[in-house]
Amino acid sequence: MSMIEIRNVTKRYGTAAVVDNVSMEVEKGSITAIVGTSGSGKSTLMRMINRLVPITSGEIFVGGQNIMDVPVTELRRKIGYAIQGHGLFPHRTVSQNIATVPQLLGWDTAKIKSRVEELLGLFNLDPATFAEKYPHQLSGGQQQRVGVARALAAEPELLLMDEPFGALDPVIRGKAQDDLLEIQKQFGTTVVLVTHDMDEAFHLGNQIAVMSAGKLLQCSTPEKILTEPADPFVQQLTGTSDRALKLMSLLPLKESMEPAKSDLAYALPQSLSLRDALAEMIWQGVGEAAVQNADKAPVGSISMTRLLELGRKA
Amino acid sequence: MEETLAVRKLDRLGVVLVTTGVAATALLPFIYVKANRIAAGKPMLLTQLLNQPSALILTILLLATAFAVLFLQNALLRLVIATLCFAALLATIGFAASAFTPPASNAARMTPGGGFWVLFAVIGLVVSDALVKIKLTPWMRIAALVVYTGLLGIFLASGLLDDLSIMKEFATRSAQFWTEAVAHLLLALGSLAIAVVIGLPLGILCFWVPKLRAVVLQGLSLVQTIPSLALFGILMLPLGYLATHVPAAASIGIRGIGAAPALIALVLYSLLPIVANTVVGLQGVDPSVRDAAAGMGLTRRQILTGIDLPLAFPVILTGIRIVLVQAIGLVTVAALIGGGGFGIFIFQGLGQTAMDLVLLGAVPTVFFAFSSAVILDAVIDSIRGSAA
Repeated sequence: MSMIEIRNVTKRYGTAAVVDNVSMEVEKGSITAIVGTSGSGKSTLMRMINRLVPITSGEIFVGGQNIMDVPVTELRRKIGYAIQGHGLFPHRTVSQNIATVPQLLGWDTAKIKSRVEELLGLFNLDPATFAEKYPHQLSGGQQQRVGVARALAAEPELLLMDEPFGALDPVIRGKAQDDLLEIQKQFGTTVVLVTHDMDEAFHLGNQIAVMSAGKLLQCSTPEKILTEPADPFVQQLTGTSDRALKLMSLLPLKESMEPAKSDLAYALPQSLSLRDALAEMIWQGVGEAAVQNADKAPVGSISMTRLLELGRKA
Repeated sequence: MEETLAVRKLDRLGVVLVTTGVAATALLPFIYVKANRIAAGKPMLLTQLLNQPSALILTILLLATAFAVLFLQNALLRLVIATLCFAALLATIGFAASAFTPPASNAARMTPGGGFWVLFAVIGLVVSDALVKIKLTPWMRIAALVVYTGLLGIFLASGLLDDLSIMKEFATRSAQFWTEAVAHLLLALGSLAIAVVIGLPLGILCFWVPKLRAVVLQGLSLVQTIPSLALFGILMLPLGYLATHVPAAASIGIRGIGAAPALIALVLYSLLPIVANTVVGLQGVDPSVRDAAAGMGLTRRQILTGIDLPLAFPVILTGIRIVLVQAIGLVTVAALIGGGGFGIFIFQGLGQTAMDLVLLGAVPTVFFAFSSAVILDAVIDSIRGSAA
């Protein structure tokens, strides 16, 4: 079932079409990354979903309902919204910030309090330390986590994120992305995320939508974006120098291993991607390794030859 | 080596203050002894009063203050010495006035001279400098204002200063003084209230509609350039016309002269700081905060009252502070067109060349303006401090 359905949507400012006849669908419970260069219309497309940008023509359905049929504030309160630079209210504490939408929805105080504490815990922010702090007292990474926690406060089925990790340094960004994946898995939230970072899109997205000059060039799985680019621009955007490694990073080791063998000295966890397995085997200098599950029991094996075959263009 | 260190330790502000104080004491008269209110007085230096015990004590305390300002690092100690000196200054002028007043004379006037006023200002600066160095919280600053006002009040109530010329003028006009004080404050606060009620929505509107912003701000800047006296004059014509031709207008007190044109002129002057600061304050709100608020489903009104105005409030309050201090000063001019207020005494005094009467109008005006600045500054700082 699709959570979002975008049908022939166009946004014009004067005569210039910023978003030009775009149609796409977003599956419930999936993560869709919209990528493109600046000015490609990717943010505008996302902001039309919660009506921050009015649609010129076309229709958007969220959860089967035309967004124009829902009062605008009601629509927005049902959709989580997180932006670059977090957009926290500087004059309100962390807990007041997170409680924004639940308060608008008229939740009772006890429920809001327990939800705020639950979310702070989920994002590794100790409620006793952080609940009463003001945003300026937090680090950039903490502010960003509060921003996402606030977006998730009213348990939205859909979360829109506009370059949410853009202002973070690479180490914290990687951690924030992993946190998002985990929480998304736990709640089953549908996520639409705008980014200009292709690695982020490949890391997070179940589906990638590539936009350029207002047009949707391709909208498909990350594997297909790599192996069957619909347009030279898509290929250029993903880069050609390391596409074998990018592809391997999308494939889990678990699904590509061979039957277990008994005489292998070196073992890898099955949770790795093929890319990480390859890197590990090059580093350790082994030609073949056993694959273990979480309990360290051998479940298969992988050889260098097999790995190299899997990285080949289909 | 030790000498250079000692020199370096000297407070530069302190050196200026002490030099000024010494020069004023040596060169400017401390008090004028006048046979009546318009006679040219006989100037007396502080050094000529040393036969009086209070003047002697004051001189010792002045020296102690100078020493404290130049060599003592402890601000609290400085504050105590300067405050004592302040009290001695007021006591001395009172005692000196009593000493020179002939028995049972109502005509003689003892006017504080330049020396007194300079010492008053210098010691006031020493006190406020010490208060700044103690780093009082905003509310403590208001408390300090109350304490020093109380100190002044005790002196006034004790009758110690009753032989001073300004108090003699007060004694003959005490009923009128309080009436004018109320009129002065009503005009200043009333025009401020009206200006806020008009200016705040106008500022918000200007922020939302950029085309309107340029027109309104330029128009209000133009008003600001009109001299106050001219503006009062300009307003007399239409208001006088209105009063004679529209009975309803006349019945609510609108006339060509009096409080109505004064109030209107004050409101016009007050609008620019309030509108401009509202616009600047709203422009200072991070657009991403507003975007996040809209994206989460706050209504336009909730964004305005819950996000925009609280965040812009310190800047708007700065505008209100400017307006209040400006209005308290401007109200004095309103006396010329019958608006009332302390300006009455100032213009009467100017007309009669009675400087003591001018002081009766000017001193309380300065006091009101100073107090309201201290209070509003403290309020602004406390808001900025709690949610920076």
